Amino acid sequence: MEFFVARSRLTLIFSLFFFLSLCFRSSSSLSSSPTDLKILTAERRIDLASHIIRVVLTLKVQNDGASPASDVLLAFPPAQAKHLALIHAAEVAGKKRKKTLHPLDVKTSSNAEGPNGAKLYSISLRNPLSTGGSVSLEVSYVLTQSLEPFPVEISQSEPQLVLYRDSALILSPYEIKQQTTVIRTPSTKVESFTRVEPSTHLRTELKYGPYEDQPAFSYTPIVVHFENNNPFAVVEELVREIEISHWGNLQVTEHYTLVHNGARHKGGFSRVEYQSRPTYSGVASFKSLLVKLPPRVHSVYYRDNIGNISTSHLRTGYSKSEMEIEPRYPLLGGWKATFVIGYGLPLEDVLFESADGKRYLNFSFGCPIAETLVNKITNKVVLPEGSKNPSVAVPFSVEQRAETSYSYLDIVGRPVVVLEKENVVPEHNSLFQVYYDFHPMFMLAEPLMLISVFFFLFVAALAYIHMDISIRK
Amino acid sequence: MAAKPDATASTFSLKTLKLKTKQQEILIRVTILCLVYILAFVTRLFSVLRYESMIHEFDPYFNYRTTLYLTEKGFYEFWNWFDSESWYPLGRIIGGTLYPGLMVTAALIYWILKFLRFAVHIREVCVLTAPFFASNTTIVAYFFGKELWDSGAGLVAAALIAICPGYISRSVAGSYDNEGVAIFALLLTFYLFVKAVNTGSLAWALASAFGYFYMVSAWGGYVFIINLIPLYVLVLLITGRYSMRLYVAYNCMYIVGMLLAMQIRFVGFQHVQSGEHMAAMGVFFLIQVFYFLVWVKHMINDTKLFQALLRIGVTSAVTVGAIALGLGTASGYISPWTGRFYSLLDPTYAKDHIPIIASVSEHQPTAWSSFMFDFHILLFLFPAGLYFCFKRLSDATIFIVMYGLTSMYFAGVMVRLILVATPAVCLISAIAVSATIKNLTQTLRGKPAQTLSAKGAGGTRGSSKQQASVDQSIPLLKNGASVLLLGAFYLLSRYAIHCTWVTSEAYSSPSIVLAARGAHGQRVIFDDYREAYFWLRQNTPSDAKIMSWWDYGYQITAMGNRTVIVDNNTWNNTHIATVGRAMSSYEDEAYEIMRSLDVDYVLVVFGGVTGYSSDDINKFLWMVRIGGGVFPVIKEPDYLVNGEYRVDKGAAPKMLNCLMYKLCYYRFGELTTEYGKPPGYDRARGVEIGNKDVKLEYLEEAFTTSNWIVRIYKVKPPTNRW
Repeated sequence: MEFFVARSRLTLIFSLFFFLSLCFRSSSSLSSSPTDLKILTAERRIDLASHIIRVVLTLKVQNDGASPASDVLLAFPPAQAKHLALIHAAEVAGKKRKKTLHPLDVKTSSNAEGPNGAKLYSISLRNPLSTGGSVSLEVSYVLTQSLEPFPVEISQSEPQLVLYRDSALILSPYEIKQQTTVIRTPSTKVESFTRVEPSTHLRTELKYGPYEDQPAFSYTPIVVHFENNNPFAVVEELVREIEISHWGNLQVTEHYTLVHNGARHKGGFSRVEYQSRPTYSGVASFKSLLVKLPPRVHSVYYRDNIGNISTSHLRTGYSKSEMEIEPRYPLLGGWKATFVIGYGLPLEDVLFESADGKRYLNFSFGCPIAETLVNKITNKVVLPEGSKNPSVAVPFSVEQRAETSYSYLDIVGRPVVVLEKENVVPEHNSLFQVYYDFHPMFMLAEPLMLISVFFFLFVAALAYIHMDISIRK
Repeated sequence: MAAKPDATASTFSLKTLKLKTKQQEILIRVTILCLVYILAFVTRLFSVLRYESMIHEFDPYFNYRTTLYLTEKGFYEFWNWFDSESWYPLGRIIGGTLYPGLMVTAALIYWILKFLRFAVHIREVCVLTAPFFASNTTIVAYFFGKELWDSGAGLVAAALIAICPGYISRSVAGSYDNEGVAIFALLLTFYLFVKAVNTGSLAWALASAFGYFYMVSAWGGYVFIINLIPLYVLVLLITGRYSMRLYVAYNCMYIVGMLLAMQIRFVGFQHVQSGEHMAAMGVFFLIQVFYFLVWVKHMINDTKLFQALLRIGVTSAVTVGAIALGLGTASGYISPWTGRFYSLLDPTYAKDHIPIIASVSEHQPTAWSSFMFDFHILLFLFPAGLYFCFKRLSDATIFIVMYGLTSMYFAGVMVRLILVATPAVCLISAIAVSATIKNLTQTLRGKPAQTLSAKGAGGTRGSSKQQASVDQSIPLLKNGASVLLLGAFYLLSRYAIHCTWVTSEAYSSPSIVLAARGAHGQRVIFDDYREAYFWLRQNTPSDAKIMSWWDYGYQITAMGNRTVIVDNNTWNNTHIATVGRAMSSYEDEAYEIMRSLDVDYVLVVFGGVTGYSSDDINKFLWMVRIGGGVFPVIKEPDYLVNGEYRVDKGAAPKMLNCLMYKLCYYRFGELTTEYGKPPGYDRARGVEIGNKDVKLEYLEEAFTTSNWIVRIYKVKPPTNRW
């Protein structure tokens, strides 16, 4: 451990120098920006409780320039920008009790990069900020895969320690008058953290700051090394097939590839210890996951490619259904499990008719497992045979594709809308809509086909009985 | 059928709906047959309802894996498949060492369903193949019964075979094994052959050759057909029932069937080269001699001369045949009988010579109880049916009698061959039931005159009970008949109840998932096998080699998708013996063997925690025997104490320190399995283990399932030398 601390300090110092030198060199390029905004106060709260990091940033922005400003820029170091799953911003109006939030648009900025490859995002304000005016903003964002297990491999009896890297100072394209950063760890067990005075550690909270008058693009790397035994459940790939049948059922089939993405397991796995000393042995592993399903869900199954997995409990209710699933074996670091969850839903809960006569499906986008990161999600909405002109409304950007699939007694195939997205967190579990045209006549095609087949069968049988086809007379 | 569309709709009346007696009979017959067809399918679904739609046991997993390969890669790839995932490092030529009938059948069904746009998974097709073919078997049984006796016997035979436990044991949903389709093929071949003998038609003989081809492609049990049919022909020849019909049927069936069977790579030239098939060839030549002699008899028209000629002809033919056979065997052109064949003829052979055959529980001689369990009332009806067959002797009944008697003998030799006897037993019993009930109902319904005429006409029907004084005894006879009829119905209903009970309780367990009753009567499921196999599949390197006893080989490759050293296709005894030797050696010696086989993981099955008795410790003596059979360093007495096999403190020292013991009981001494018993109490054997302090030097525990049934150990890499 000694060696590690020394080494990490060394890297810290180096990276600090590196950053600072780059900052000075390139700060000139951004000074050409027309707005002269300034951040009066900034508070950042980083929640490291699970493996999905949630950050809330409260800013008070003032316009010191001559012209009104319509955009506020946010900056992220490249390492964070890569793992940024989701970002929301809102304008705060009113004080404390009467606080209201007005959501704002956030998009990647046109001048894409700041110094050192810092990624810029711009928030469009509701009303341009006039000279001298100020506005309070609340930005929340979610980072994934930013906790690095250290040591990389642990045995069954060890707890899982992870590193979190960030900056003590908030990276911003503007000067910040006063700022604080609060980091919450899941437990009081913090091995080490970089001290940037003034910084304090109290129980589960690490507080950096307040720091005064920091210039734009200030960066002070910090490393927090702490214990985090929460399940690092990552779904490497999730394929959801959502099949609409106009006979009254919506069938959802979800194929999971689940992995424990924390510190890798090393050495043997002792069942006797795992059974008899659950508080010490395998603390970093997880046995079960909670799946939140829609209410009125029916015919739920949980299986994998060698058969049914018998360890699951389903509780259905009027507002929600919950299923507790256990993979076949406890997942220790680096262990994988693949499985399939399937369920049916009454169609009237999810399919509606819009004002212009189109039908639309209203269904949730993300992964129903609680507190799980999905590296890649593919939602395949299988529309009934004969439906036309599908169009999609999703509240965030996704990749979209069209396919055709064949199921029971299909002739022309069913149109499939494929929606793909990477880096999906539970916050993405919002509703999306698929609109399409459908003529009810198509519903009758398959029953008619079956009826005619049987009709001809019986006719053939009748004909056979009444005919003599032998050549011997 | 009742709602027949009437061409002259204007004259429609209720009378047109009325059926003639014959039509009624057809309607009832077709309805019964349809119901039997459905019943045969439905009664085999207990396992799906109790557990799930899954493949059962051991061999079906191999069949499933190959079927999957066939549907994914196509027939050509399948036929040329060299499987490097089993028998490491030897590998196995799958295409040349299996009977492809089952896989091709399932794949065909799958492709047809896919073509018709039925979105089914290949697993569902495989699970339901056996019930589907069982249903088809009932239809064949109907036609066979009809051919043997009458349509009534056919219907009874169909109903009996639909629910007979002897057949259900191998054809429940999920038991995706060769026997599932093979019994259908067997009965079909026999039916078509009997039909061919009865009609002398080339078409039926050809059909029976194709039936034989299907049987050869599906199951190694085809040897039974290729020996029974010549035997039957021989008996017909001896009893003077030689006819042109027989000549046509046998020659066509034998020649075409043989040529077709040669197309199966696993069988190849065995029909002309193996001792087991020589009887058929001998009979083929004999029937030519017969034909020639009949022609000569026709030509010379002199009885005395012909008698002499017959004697000389037959003697010389037999002599030439014997000399040819002797020469062939001596020169090695004709291979001698295999061990399996010997062990069929001599039940004690395997025990003395081939422990690997004797170690399989389904190769054990059959106990009386299992005859009763599998046949129930058929066991009593069988002799009665034989009586009826002898009363109305014909070519067809001779066949069924021979089939029944020979298969009953084989069923006595090996438990699994009860399956082969089942169709014969059902058919013969059906004759007994049908004939008896027919007689009884005729007595009940008949007016005296009719009874007399029936008796006069049907001398062959067993109405011998009626004596001359018919007129006086009619009321008594009627009462007796109704009582007997009630008794028959009672027996048959008991049979139905017994069959359903046996199916649901005994034959519907997949054996891969174990179920038990908990303390409060709730169902507890032990899913440890799949837990372990899935762990292997997900969390070991994809080229890892797993060493386990051969029983689990197929399951590991199919469910775990990993390479195994030995599996259930016990083709290489030495390889299995090497594994047996490793399991019964000390750890350091075993490590050398495992290193030489590139073993990465060792898998053992252990029932000490759950009380699961068919685990590796209980199979261990077979490993010692099979290992010792090839490597004399392993001696069975080293593992026994005074001829007794034990694992507690009094066990032999070699036993307490061999690899199998260590792997099963590693850290088991710390666990309390049962309240009030000391730690390390083995519930499967009911003793406290003798060596609680098991230390492993070259292996480490990699995974143990939640109920400890499967334990997997990782073989450590060799330590650095510096």
